[in-house]
Amino acid sequence: MRTGAQLLIDSLSDIGIEVLFGIPGGVVIPIFDVLYDSKLKAVLMRHEQAAAHAADGYARASGKLGCCLATSGPGATNLVTGIATANFDSVPILAITGQVRRDLIGNDAFQEADITGITRGITKYNYLVRDAHDLPRIVHEAAHIATTGRCGPVLIDIPVDVSTSQVEGAPSAEFDLPGYRPNLEGNPRQIERAAEMINASERPVLYAGGGVVAAGAATELRALADAGKIPVTTTLMGLGAFPEDHELALRMLGMHGTPVANFAVMSSDLLIAVGARFDDRITGKITEFATSAKVIHVDIDPSSIGKNIQVDLPVVGDAQQILSKLGPLVEHRERGDWWAQINDWKANRRLAYKQDGGLKPQCIIEQIREITNGDAIICTEVGQNQMWAAQWFTYKRPRQFISSGGLGTMGYGFPAAIGAQYAMPGSAVFDIAGDGSIQMNIQELATVARENLPVKIAIMNNGYLGMVRQWQEHFYNRRYSHTELTGNPDFVKLAEAYGVAGIAVETPDAVRPALEKALSIDGPVVLDLRIDREENVFPIVPPGERLDKMIDLA
Amino acid sequence: MKHVISALVQNQVGVLSHVAGLFSARGYNIDSMNVGETEDPAVSRMTIVLDGDDAIIEQVVKQLRKLISVVKVQELSQGQFVERDLMLIKVATPAGRRGEVIDLVEVFRGKVVDISPRDMVIELSGPEAKIDAFISLCRPYGIKETVRSGRIAVFRGVKEEAGKPGPA
Repeated sequence: MRTGAQLLIDSLSDIGIEVLFGIPGGVVIPIFDVLYDSKLKAVLMRHEQAAAHAADGYARASGKLGCCLATSGPGATNLVTGIATANFDSVPILAITGQVRRDLIGNDAFQEADITGITRGITKYNYLVRDAHDLPRIVHEAAHIATTGRCGPVLIDIPVDVSTSQVEGAPSAEFDLPGYRPNLEGNPRQIERAAEMINASERPVLYAGGGVVAAGAATELRALADAGKIPVTTTLMGLGAFPEDHELALRMLGMHGTPVANFAVMSSDLLIAVGARFDDRITGKITEFATSAKVIHVDIDPSSIGKNIQVDLPVVGDAQQILSKLGPLVEHRERGDWWAQINDWKANRRLAYKQDGGLKPQCIIEQIREITNGDAIICTEVGQNQMWAAQWFTYKRPRQFISSGGLGTMGYGFPAAIGAQYAMPGSAVFDIAGDGSIQMNIQELATVARENLPVKIAIMNNGYLGMVRQWQEHFYNRRYSHTELTGNPDFVKLAEAYGVAGIAVETPDAVRPALEKALSIDGPVVLDLRIDREENVFPIVPPGERLDKMIDLA
Repeated sequence: MKHVISALVQNQVGVLSHVAGLFSARGYNIDSMNVGETEDPAVSRMTIVLDGDDAIIEQVVKQLRKLISVVKVQELSQGQFVERDLMLIKVATPAGRRGEVIDLVEVFRGKVVDISPRDMVIELSGPEAKIDAFISLCRPYGIKETVRSGRIAVFRGVKEEAGKPGPA
């Protein structure tokens, strides 16, 4: 005889879960009771939102399924932002919530929330378990759904009396999903046509998104680019899918992309989108986006194709499988004029910042790259800190840059860094934060202190909600309405109060020694970096403007 | 333009809200939606009528296909199909005018299913235009209530079998 809770934990082990992030509460006590002497590592967080982000960071860093666990009602609703974040960026996580007893469901019982109803639009799928016998099947099915096709979060809601009920024997874990058959191979004829279009093109650009990372297709992408000598730009989610120091790299495109990436896309005659979705932050004014280009769109999700722009050739399937078949069909072409133009843009329109003696966030990111030999895993919050981290690090490999791209969740980076550190215990993990966003999950300092996790939190402290302030400067006549963060704590003292080392940095010269010291400490460190308060992110394409009409450093 | 989409879904808890939730989340406005079991009790059929241009309908179909519990999606308006709407209508029948209403029912091949001293309930099925026409003819007598099932629809005959067009 096993209880539902034991069946759950055994099933989680069966599908390969090694660590989960969670917080106990009334209706999940039976589950935590099983975890008390389970081999599965449970990490106690201080807020359920952080538990969901940690599971997400774990999944993004490792490519494996992340897992979080919360109680019913407020525990479950606190997961919602984390689940929505994972959903938007197609990250496979399993969110397990407790629910009130079956006979109380719908009766407005204490700590009851209809979490399957609430999360219907932000999960790939969700379940309310009505019988403990179904648990092994549901857990296996959920893991399959979360990690195949276009990945995403799956939620399993378990009433407390399902967790405590006794089950005899070993219920089957087999499942059948007649409505779920992701198309992976890609239509061979479409792939041939794609090769013909690429070979005929004079000014092609590869535009790679998070789908390349998710599919593990970075090697195949590189082979394709090398084969045809095709320039490659990546989205924020695709950073690292193509090495940014490669001669074919245009680096990131979009609102804060490199000028060369945006110009190349706008001038191209063929855009080969792979695992990207033509988000508004990428296209700028959509009616004037890449108007001279034909578009090939490779994506695992048919509904992504043709959603935002007209596509000339759709290829539905797994990026790795499709690119591995496409690469060998692509002919080498020099495209001298195109490369002369691109190299001219590259040379004359580099990313830049003013070096006027102040403490510059861009310089800090560059020094983090240098001191970690470019190998660190960089997690970010959202806003200016995120864009500086995207622009100034130079990513070498997939899963190195971990950021909330679609939903843009402030408070994501720190708990995601916790998850990433569990996934990659030997790696240096940084959270590039702002003073605003770090305060949205700062309670997790208790978690890193207790677990002595060596996550380094670099707070780009300008005393503002910096990105909003920048928009107010550019587009709202410098009316800084409610963006100055007066009343911020002393982050060094705050860290120390949690038992975490804190280092304040006020001058450019102090950055390197502070980073050296932070990395020499085998544990968490908070770096309070007092950057130039009104430093901006450049270039910036104003919202609704053409992608090549960027405001650059004056 | 009106489109008719037919979806086979797994008959399980939550599937209706998954589909309905999709329409509200993506801002699609539906005219009608009908759900019923099929010959296989594990599978239900949904018939959805909505307005929209081709690009929107393409997205709707793709988004429906993406739902895990949706097994198959067809857009019926792309081919030849038969559609029906079922209505129960309660019409006031003032003294001496009952015969007139019964005549109308016969012309429309409806059925009187209940008669009381002041009104009668009529069952009528057919394409939407026929139902609408009947409603407007009943209006002068006084309509007390109408209930409509929403459209159900099915492809005609065997679809595009070589050299063998389906029956008209």
